[in-house]
Amino acid sequence: MTGKTAIVGNGDSIMVFKAAGVATFPAEDEKKARELLRKLAKEYQIIFITEDLARPLTDFLKRFDEEPYPVVVSIPSGAGSEGYGMEVLKNAMERALGVDILFNKD
Amino acid sequence: MARLNVNPTRMELKKLKARLSTAVRGHKLLKDKSDEMVRRFTVILREAKSLREEVEKELSEVLRAFSIARSVTPSFEAETAFAMPSVAVTAECKTESVMGVDVPKVTLSSEKRADGLPYAYSEITGEADYSVQKASDLLPKMVALAQTEKTVRMLAEEIERNKRRVNALEYVMIPQLEETIKYIKDKLDENERAAVVRLMKVKSKA
Repeated sequence: MTGKTAIVGNGDSIMVFKAAGVATFPAEDEKKARELLRKLAKEYQIIFITEDLARPLTDFLKRFDEEPYPVVVSIPSGAGSEGYGMEVLKNAMERALGVDILFNKD
Repeated sequence: MARLNVNPTRMELKKLKARLSTAVRGHKLLKDKSDEMVRRFTVILREAKSLREEVEKELSEVLRAFSIARSVTPSFEAETAFAMPSVAVTAECKTESVMGVDVPKVTLSSEKRADGLPYAYSEITGEADYSVQKASDLLPKMVALAQTEKTVRMLAEEIERNKRRVNALEYVMIPQLEETIKYIKDKLDENERAAVVRLMKVKSKA
């Protein structure tokens, strides 16, 4: 199966990926992003979404974890990383193992 | 622990014993599966973490470079400049099985157009070239991250589910069966003793 990649983000900063061959979809708020994701999930196999949009949609994004595809993954936005991606990893680790083996915080 | 609601008969005892041995074997297998899944999970988790760190660092750089490129070019129209992508990225999407969980496996292939960049050089400054180049280079890593992170999330889910199954067997199903088996055995023994006593009584009267 050949897949396509898409990126959903806030503002023009994601435009750079258009030149790299990724379909870009601007979304200014979470509502728009949710709608876009719903549509894109059928067509694209790999979807990047910027952190600022991914954070409010955490519960919605969980829905994609049931099936291998589409792969939805958060990336830092133009403003830099806020550590959301690490949080996701941390949550998964705590659920699966019950202990912190990587981050050694708290 | 509540015992099951069954008749104390030899038939039931036999059935329950069979169920118990199945449950014990299933429990052992699931526990082994859980151990192995956790082992793989830790490996993949570490990989995902280092990948994410790398991607976040490099991506921030790319985006910063790009915003600089935008700001130094007055008449910069990203929309039009990038309307025709120079590379077509196709991802070969397969699934791979990690401990019986289907996880995505993506291999990326991109076809570069001969002239490299997708816009006329007069449109944008060199900074944009640089950031676009960087973004293209970063893409395989991002896809790898996507794949690894998804695997982590799916495995975490599966480990949790499996753990629940193991616990249900260990703390509910098996004790319940054991208790019921004991109850039936006691009951049958009791009946037997009663029969013996009755026989003795009948005999002594005669």
